[in-house]
Amino acid sequence: MGLIDANLVPAVDGVAFGLLLFVAAAGLTLAFGTGDVLNLAHGTLYTVGGYSAAALCDGTWRGLLLALVAGTAAAAVGGALLAALTAPLRRRGHLAQALLTFGLALIGGDLLSSAAGGGDLPVAFPAALNGSVLLAGHRFPVHRLALIAVAAALAGAGQLVLTRTRAGALVRATVDDPQMVSCLGTDPRRVHAGVLVAGGALAGLAGVLGAPVIGPGPGSADTVLLLSLVVVVLGGLGSVGGALVAAVAVGEVQTLGVVLAPGLAPYLLFAAMAGALVLRSRTPGRRA
Amino acid sequence: MRAQLLTGLALTALALFAVPAVLADGTLAMLAPAAALGLPAVGVSVLTGRAGLPTLGQGAPFAVGAYATALLARAGLTTGPAQLVAAALAGALFALATGPVVVRARGATALMITLALGELVATAAGRWTSVTGGTDGLAGIPPVQLWWGGSPLTDDTALYRYLVVVTALALGVTVLVLGSPLGLLLAGSRDHEERMRAAGHRVGGHLLAAYIGAGALAGLGGALLVTEQSYVSPADVGFGTSSLVLLAAVLGGIGSPLGALAGTVLVVVVRDQLAAHWPGHGPLLLGALFVAAVYLLPDGITSIRLRRP
Repeated sequence: MGLIDANLVPAVDGVAFGLLLFVAAAGLTLAFGTGDVLNLAHGTLYTVGGYSAAALCDGTWRGLLLALVAGTAAAAVGGALLAALTAPLRRRGHLAQALLTFGLALIGGDLLSSAAGGGDLPVAFPAALNGSVLLAGHRFPVHRLALIAVAAALAGAGQLVLTRTRAGALVRATVDDPQMVSCLGTDPRRVHAGVLVAGGALAGLAGVLGAPVIGPGPGSADTVLLLSLVVVVLGGLGSVGGALVAAVAVGEVQTLGVVLAPGLAPYLLFAAMAGALVLRSRTPGRRA
Repeated sequence: MRAQLLTGLALTALALFAVPAVLADGTLAMLAPAAALGLPAVGVSVLTGRAGLPTLGQGAPFAVGAYATALLARAGLTTGPAQLVAAALAGALFALATGPVVVRARGATALMITLALGELVATAAGRWTSVTGGTDGLAGIPPVQLWWGGSPLTDDTALYRYLVVVTALALGVTVLVLGSPLGLLLAGSRDHEERMRAAGHRVGGHLLAAYIGAGALAGLGGALLVTEQSYVSPADVGFGTSSLVLLAAVLGGIGSPLGALAGTVLVVVVRDQLAAHWPGHGPLLLGALFVAAVYLLPDGITSIRLRRP
C-alpha cells in the first residue's frame, strides 16, 4: 500500500501521458489498418498542433480554444495532403510510402521550425491549468487531470463512432477486408483518405492538448512518431482497443518506470516492441 | 558481372584522381560522410532489394562498428586495416546475435523489429556512459594510419582517398557475393520463398548470411565515420541515421549496391553542400529530394539510362 501511495502521482501522470499517446496514435494505427500506409509523417502532424499552441495560446481560455481549433484543422489539412499524395503510390509498397512520408516530415518540420524559430518553444496555458490540486493527500497537476478527462472523453467518443455509426462500421470493415468493402459499393480508398484526415485531426488535437507534456520543438516529431509506432505495434496493427491498452502501458513506463527503475525504463519500450513482434511473427507475412 | 566490375573500377579511378583535381579540400571533406553512410546503405539495399528483408535499424551495427573503432583507436590501435577488420567483425557479430530474431520476420514487421533493435542500441549508446561516454560521445580519437608504423592521415585529400579505396573494396566484394550462388539463392528466397523451402533450401540461413553481411558493411561504415570525424556520439547512430540509410538505398534503386552508394552521395550533397548556400534548410531540401524522387524516379537513380537499352 505504501508503494502505491508513494507512486500515485507518477502513476496518474502515466495515465495522462498514455491517453495523450492514444489520441495521437489512434490515427496511425487506423491508417495502417485501412490503407497499409506506414506514415512516417505522423509525428509532424502532432507538432503542427504543438506549434499552433505555441503561436496562439496566450494564457487565456480563448487563446487555448483558438489553438485547439486551429491546430486540429491544420493537422486535418495535413492528413488530407498525405491522403492525396500517397494515393498514387498504393501499388508500390511500403518503401515508396516511407520515402514520401519521411520527405514530407522533413519538409513540414523545416517549415514549422523556420516559421516559429528553432529550439523548444514555451506554451502559455491558462493559469488555472498550471496549478495543482490536493486530492487524497497528494498534489496533482491540474493539467494532467484535465488531460485525462479530455483524452478519455475523446477515446470514448471515438469508440462510439467506430462501433455505433455507419462510418465507423466502414472503417472497421476496411481494416478486416477491403475487397469485400469495395464489392459492397464503397471505395476503400475513400475510407482510407477519411481515416488519414480524421487521424491527422486527432494528432493535431493531441499536439495542442499535450503541449506541456511533449511540447513543440525540433525533436518532438521523432519522439511522438517513435512512441506512436511502439503503441501501434504493441497494440496490434490496426487494433484501436489494443492501442489504448498499449498507450497506457507506454505512458506508465515513461513516468512510473523512470521513477521505479531509472536504469531499465529507457530500454523497456523498444525491448517490449521487439518482443511483441517476435512473438507474433512466427509465420512469414506480407512483403514490403 | 565483368561489366559491373569494370564500371566500378572506372568510377573508383575517377573518384580517386579526377574528383580531388576538381574540388577544393574543404569540399572533399564534406563528401566524406557519403562513404560512412554509403556502406550501411549498400547493406540495406542488398537486404531489402535482393533478400526481400527491409530494415530500418542498420544504425545499430553502424553504431557497434563506430564505437568499437573509437574505443580501439583510443586504446592505441590506429592502423586502418586492423580497425576495419575489427569494426566489420563487430557489426557482423551484432548481426549474428540479433539475426535469428530478424530473419523470421517479413515486410513491415521486419521494419519494426529492426527499428526497435536500432533504438535499443541508440539508447545504450546514450546511457552506457562508462563505455560510450554517454550523450557527450567519444572525442579525441587519434587519426588513422594506412599501415603499421605509417604516418597518420591528416590532410583532407589523403583521408578522402582512403575512404574511397575502402568503399570501393567493400562494394566490389558485395557485388562478387551477389553474383555468387548465394546471391541467386537470396533472389529466389525473395521471389518464391515457399518453392525454395520445398526444394530443400534453408531460406532462414541464407537470409541470416545476408543480414550478417549487411551488418559487417554497416560496421565498416561506422569505422569510416570515426576516421572521418574523429568523434562519435549517439546523435550519429539513431533513428535519423537508420532512416536516412534506408531512404538513400531506395533513392538509388533498391537492390543495386552501386545505386545505394550513388543515392547516399546525392543525399549528402543535397543535405550538406546545397544547404550551405541556404543555411538551416538542409531538411527542407532533403525532403523535397525524397518527395520528387518518389514520383519522378520510381525505380531509383540507377534506372536513368543515357541510351535506351
